[in-house]
Amino acid sequence: MAMTGAAAALSRPLRAVLYPALVALVLLGAWQITVDALEVPPYVLPSPWRTVQTLIADWSMLGAALLVTLRITLLAFALATLCGTALAFVFVQSRTLETALFPYAVLLQVTPIVAIAPLIIIWVRDPTAAMTICAALVALFPVIANTTLGLRSVDPDLLGYFRLHRASRMQVLLRLRIPGALPYFFGGLRISSGLALIGAVVAEFVAGTGGTGAGLAYQILLSGYQLDIPRMFAALLLISLTGIALFAAMSLLARGVLRPWHASEINRE
Amino acid sequence: MSAGGRAGPSLAAVAVRGAALTYDDGTQALQPIDLGIEAGEFVTLLGPSGCGKSTLLKLIAGLLRPSVGEVRIRGAPPQALDTARHRVAFVFQAPTLMPWCRVAANARLPLDLAGMARAEADARVAEALARVGLGDSANKLPHTLSGGMQMRVSIARALVTRPDLLLLDEPFGALDEITRQRLDIDLLGLWRERALTVVFVTHSIHEAVFLSQRVVILAARPGRIVAEHIVDEPYPRQPEFLVSTRFAGHARQLQELLAQASTTADDDAAGRNATWPHGSAGREPRWP
Repeated sequence: MAMTGAAAALSRPLRAVLYPALVALVLLGAWQITVDALEVPPYVLPSPWRTVQTLIADWSMLGAALLVTLRITLLAFALATLCGTALAFVFVQSRTLETALFPYAVLLQVTPIVAIAPLIIIWVRDPTAAMTICAALVALFPVIANTTLGLRSVDPDLLGYFRLHRASRMQVLLRLRIPGALPYFFGGLRISSGLALIGAVVAEFVAGTGGTGAGLAYQILLSGYQLDIPRMFAALLLISLTGIALFAAMSLLARGVLRPWHASEINRE
Repeated sequence: MSAGGRAGPSLAAVAVRGAALTYDDGTQALQPIDLGIEAGEFVTLLGPSGCGKSTLLKLIAGLLRPSVGEVRIRGAPPQALDTARHRVAFVFQAPTLMPWCRVAANARLPLDLAGMARAEADARVAEALARVGLGDSANKLPHTLSGGMQMRVSIARALVTRPDLLLLDEPFGALDEITRQRLDIDLLGLWRERALTVVFVTHSIHEAVFLSQRVVILAARPGRIVAEHIVDEPYPRQPEFLVSTRFAGHARQLQELLAQASTTADDDAAGRNATWPHGSAGREPRWP
């Protein structure tokens, strides 16, 4: 068929961008046409074009808010990665500690952050710190779970070989467990980066802090009160784009590190 | 063999004395085994799946400890030997390479673990890779190599420590017949040129006859030694040996010994039919 022939002619990365872009084009076009044709008022549903216009017009406010949210997200993500990895190392070194502590990691994961956030905001005076902690709690679990699994997923024969050659615990960790855990670790980071953003937005909602330190969530709340729905959409768009950018960054990082040897990246070719 | 005696440092002999292995759930993997291996010998452990031949090899390596009895390598328990005196190399059924390391780094692993200076280690790796015919592949990643080449890396990794005892656990079982035969011939070359002691585990009668001076036959459930067979044929052995009547004679004898062992096991169990016991143990010796 001509279609498959044309598809085959495009390179794989190009298709990965082109196909979703086509879907976006169709959906946005339909949205724009529907809003125009039915004359839907912008305070009910703004058109895509109107959203972009608002984004540009209100950029000074929204851009500043984006920076605030981004800062909390990245801080939380870094904190979650650091703590999660550290905990995973502890778990792998000692089954006793893992057995004792793992239920609490699960507890953190299953307790809704909205429920804990007010408490953290009361305890931690500094709002940025409080929101960072909330977001980090949301992002923590995938890092712990994936990294622990990765550090454990060692070929038993290879481990036997290391033992046979009198490898120290440190040698096993550095030469075998850590490199072997990297694919799992990056899988965890990919999930956590998105969760850190979600956590940051939720924390902002709960904290409800305005003023100079206001993030995108606060802009959404404010726009809601003011019935400025186009700005709400613009803020929403920025949050989504941030999430996509984080995911893409993590995927690129994983590919850069794993591409030479790991099946998940080799098979993409 | 006087394994506990005044063995010189060049003497690598194995003594297994009454060593048995029972798992925690009470399953007896190996009944008490007595086996002595002289320095420089090429011994094959032959038997069907589940006969404990790999377990016995891991006992010799020190990867497992016997429940009762003892294993001695040049008079000392395998676990008691430090790296310098251990000089035992183990080759697994799978290549067990680190996929993130290039061929040279994989082969250098035991030297890195022992903390050898980089320059000397690299020289040894280059020599070992050249010996197994992978001189050009030092910078490749394992997944870019064929199964046979990966196995060669695994053998190079065993050679870099300059072992005097080489333990191989069905190393070529997953390879095609032609590659396997080539590696068998290479292994014999290494054994003769380096004066190694080799303990080779296989379920192939072909391979056992072609390679070894002595074949130790094991039977399953519980794992035990049932017979020994000396392959008194001269070396070097060429592929022509495989189609000689002498080869066929040895193979037939091994076949009979294996059949007897399984019949005894069946007698023990219930029936008297001459098939392998317990289904999954399978008719693995594929001699016609």
